Amino acid sequence: MRHAFAKALYDIAESDERIVLMTADLGFMVLEDFARAYPSRFFNVGVAEANMIGLATGLAASGYIPFVYSIATFASMRGYEQIRNGPILHNLPVRVVGVGGGFEYGHAGFTHHALEDLAIARVQPGLTVVAPADHLQASSAIKLTYDLPGPIYYRIGKREDYILPGLKGRFRLGRTEVVREGADILIVTLGSISAEVAQAADKLAEKSIGTTICVVSSLRPAPYDDLRDLLGRFSVAVTVEEHYTEGALGSLVCEITAETQANCRIIRCGVRALPGCVCGSEASLREANGLSAEGICKTALNALEEKK
Amino acid sequence: MTAHLSVPSNEIRRIIIEESKRANVGHIGSALSIADIISVLFESELRLPGTDDPSRDRFILSKGHAALALYAALHLKGILSLHELQTYCCDGSLLGVHPEHHLAGVDFSTGSLGHGLSIGAGAALASRLKGTPYRLFVLVSDAECNEGSLWETVMFAAHHNLSNLIAIVDNNGQQAFGKTKDIIDLNPLAEKWQTFGWEAHEVGGHNEQEIRETLRGLNTSSGPPKVIIAHTTCGKGVSFMEGKVEWHYLPLSDNQYVQAMREIQEAGGR
Repeated sequence: MRHAFAKALYDIAESDERIVLMTADLGFMVLEDFARAYPSRFFNVGVAEANMIGLATGLAASGYIPFVYSIATFASMRGYEQIRNGPILHNLPVRVVGVGGGFEYGHAGFTHHALEDLAIARVQPGLTVVAPADHLQASSAIKLTYDLPGPIYYRIGKREDYILPGLKGRFRLGRTEVVREGADILIVTLGSISAEVAQAADKLAEKSIGTTICVVSSLRPAPYDDLRDLLGRFSVAVTVEEHYTEGALGSLVCEITAETQANCRIIRCGVRALPGCVCGSEASLREANGLSAEGICKTALNALEEKK
Repeated sequence: MTAHLSVPSNEIRRIIIEESKRANVGHIGSALSIADIISVLFESELRLPGTDDPSRDRFILSKGHAALALYAALHLKGILSLHELQTYCCDGSLLGVHPEHHLAGVDFSTGSLGHGLSIGAGAALASRLKGTPYRLFVLVSDAECNEGSLWETVMFAAHHNLSNLIAIVDNNGQQAFGKTKDIIDLNPLAEKWQTFGWEAHEVGGHNEQEIRETLRGLNTSSGPPKVIIAHTTCGKGVSFMEGKVEWHYLPLSDNQYVQAMREIQEAGGR
């Protein structure tokens, strides 16, 4: 998705001179094309994320659309207060691009695992939060949202080749995308982990269980009406996110279920405890937290069994 | 905007005392500390053809807790009415202890130290990209130089030669809990900025002529970014406040108000 983001931004910048790209010294082998094509609009600000957000705020206040780029943990948290008091408070079009949600930085360890970025972004009124599921959707999401008023947080995955079956790059702000339909269980997901969900649905199909997969790539504005309608049609729903279970997708779905009095049990799949210091690949860390296709399938089966 | 209205420092001080008493809020010492700097900037140095004019100089009060001095200047410049001024810290007012950008004449909301200089640097960068040579004045406190984020900006601005970025440090030597030299000693402050690549000047922060001449001597179209270390006294102009740490926070009693107003009037106010 990083390259899809970089390519989309490259294309937009060709016709829109307001685009500025800043990085806190990350994006090696990703951002070079932009830097070469638009040298006056590319800044490596050094390893200084808080300053980068402030610079972007000043640029945005002067008519530019600055994209600031870093690993999701650093992009979302090091300058969080500057995001809050800058582009959010002043309603300025700063785009914070956080790369690698959840465990995507695998062996890099806990400091590189963004497990709360969506939660802290989602609680800020006026901050649009976009988490594409694959590189095609990342590309369309950026093209469709880059010139919205107000700030945006994009959680961009690292996987470059994967295409989520049924999504076909669709993105609509404040809407869900249903990529698979089945009558027995609803799985609501977002971001790169949707690949595991698609596999889990295949496994469930082998057991003659029909799964509806709903992708929420626009976490804020929340797809309230779409989720309300879907939750009204199922008695069991599982949320799957590569994130702590509190604060982001699972919480959103529970909030809507409670507010609309939907008769649907919600089971949240995500990271429930501090992952600790065990080193591992993304796959192993997903597995350890019940987020592999197998783990999601097992959770869904248990939920259906308990509902009987 | 009416550009020729006078913004005397003593009038700023009078308004600070009157409005802080009316609202019964503190941060008086911090506002008095910058009264002369604000006077010079708004009297003659900021190019302000209009509060929304894209070519205007920008002023960011990064030490937002001294906002009352800024409100006073905006009032004296005719940007803020007396009625609005007198809503200071009233429920529903735009005039809080820290400045909000919805108020005409305030470009950026501040209040969290260590943030304003980075916004100023971004706006300075924008002026270069656009080819519109406005200047960015950012007034920071000395204790604000405790913030690491400030030094991130200091390094960036020097690296990119943001010659139209002017930081003014209100170097009154005090912060919330005591003297800066006892909490985080900043000395030698000018040398620190110089070492980081800035052109540093030191002035008496209550000497208007010196402040004005220093500002006018700056080459803001080329060279490194500039910093003016303004040596000031917290609470300047009110004898019982000067250099006293408690006036970072305390509001005025009735007797203190009478004495403070008398001293300011005797010093040349009305």
